[in-house]
Amino acid sequence: MSIQGKAYIAGIYEHPLRDGTGKTVPQLHAEVAKGALEDAGLDKSDVDAYYCAGDVPGLGGINQAEYMGLRVRQIDSTETGGSSYLVHVRHAAQAIAAGHCKVALITLAGRPRADAKENYSVRPGGGPPADYGFEAPFRPTIVNMYAMVAMRHMHEFGTTSEQLAWVKVAASQHAQHNPHALLREVVTVEDVLNSPMISDPLHRLDCCVMTDGGGAVLVVAPEVARSLQRPRVRVLGSGEAAKHLDGGRVDLTYSGAVWSGADAFAEAGVKPADIKYASIYDSFTITVVETLEDLGFCAKGGGGAFVADGNLISGVGRLPFNTDGGGLCNNHPSDRGGITKIIEAVRQARGEAHPKVQVPNCNLVLAHGTGGLLGSRMGSATLILEREDA
Amino acid sequence: MSDTTARPRPKFRAPRINDESRPFWEATSRGELLIKHCTACGENHYYPRSLCPFCFSDATQWLTCSGRGVIYSFSVSRRGEPYAIAYVSLEEGPTLLTNLIDCDFERLAIGQAVQVRFADTGEGAALPCFTPV
Repeated sequence: MSIQGKAYIAGIYEHPLRDGTGKTVPQLHAEVAKGALEDAGLDKSDVDAYYCAGDVPGLGGINQAEYMGLRVRQIDSTETGGSSYLVHVRHAAQAIAAGHCKVALITLAGRPRADAKENYSVRPGGGPPADYGFEAPFRPTIVNMYAMVAMRHMHEFGTTSEQLAWVKVAASQHAQHNPHALLREVVTVEDVLNSPMISDPLHRLDCCVMTDGGGAVLVVAPEVARSLQRPRVRVLGSGEAAKHLDGGRVDLTYSGAVWSGADAFAEAGVKPADIKYASIYDSFTITVVETLEDLGFCAKGGGGAFVADGNLISGVGRLPFNTDGGGLCNNHPSDRGGITKIIEAVRQARGEAHPKVQVPNCNLVLAHGTGGLLGSRMGSATLILEREDA
Repeated sequence: MSDTTARPRPKFRAPRINDESRPFWEATSRGELLIKHCTACGENHYYPRSLCPFCFSDATQWLTCSGRGVIYSFSVSRRGEPYAIAYVSLEEGPTLLTNLIDCDFERLAIGQAVQVRFADTGEGAALPCFTPV
């Protein structure tokens, strides 16, 4: 697909300030965004894609999207130094040509002169995000922030620790067949409940492993795929989302998968019931339960019952998941499980998973990634992949 | 809440303060909890920003809160000295990240009424923590 004639630059704004004393970096990003929107005659609610580089504070563009109150279906923080923003135009044009978004906002902002005067250390990454001062003193950690999602889920829907434990049990059933898995021992619900409490209500065995290593994926053009002697797995649908605290309208009971999943299913033209295998990001057991609901595999609040009694175990349950053992047992390289989710989904679609966990006739698979903090400040991405029969 | 079961307060780190957040932290050291109110769209938001995250107006102003709220969610971290992180929903609308202090961690519950209690960091800014009422 060419982007020729498929996208236009409709709004521009250059901040008149040359000394940013008295302003913060997130504020400057928001002010230039407001200026460009006014130039174009567009409203903030029209923006459905956000592009930024390393000058924006925080996790990719998510903290800044929160500051500005954006609800985007495309987010891209490609960092190539001063050329980033031209790259962003190109990426935005591609996304628009593909129908993934209509109004892409690109921002650059900083205050190196004011920082130097105020003796701030000028750090790459734009310094701390705007939320940092209001949150860091309260000692949020990855575990206690996910634990609060589990607490609220239990409160609203009656989800139990036993149900959460079933996610780990299923992962361990799969990991026993993976010679590379960090944890290959099969565990029971009781083992999970008897493991030490880390942060209520999450036990040690509700948490993923920490591993080194990594993974890689190649995405190619159709003619390249057809020239290779490998099973062909094509991207049928995709979605992405950034969810944040929305100005204080906190709701931990759903994740960005509500949006990324809906977009992916719509683009693919399939339904959750059509999916034969799912790689679900499993930083913690609660991550899986909430994500499955948000992707539509079960009703909101029904995730606990859905994962119980082995329903995620290949050959046993209705939705085989994370047949490599997932992040809970196999691998979570560099504290990020995204790429391993894609890899096992492709193995399943190719028919190349371990024979003990390979799903028969597995022509349609899903991979879902979660970044940041589930429910509160997070990135979410969903891929639906299909094996193309030769 | 019985004082005999209340845990001692931890030593809190001071917040990182910038030009946008300074009025908030000056208020906490006076014992006031501020959020932002947008005079254009009428919505309240937290954390406080110069531009309203709902309508993008820059006509935002500080609003002094009652300090009353309810626990939206919480978790007691059990590694090392236990502490209770929480999201508390304020009477004025927004929900904020905080700590629950001066209380028995084993008797906390979602939906419990709480009141702000400022914890001095010893470094010029007090942290808005909450305690069950």
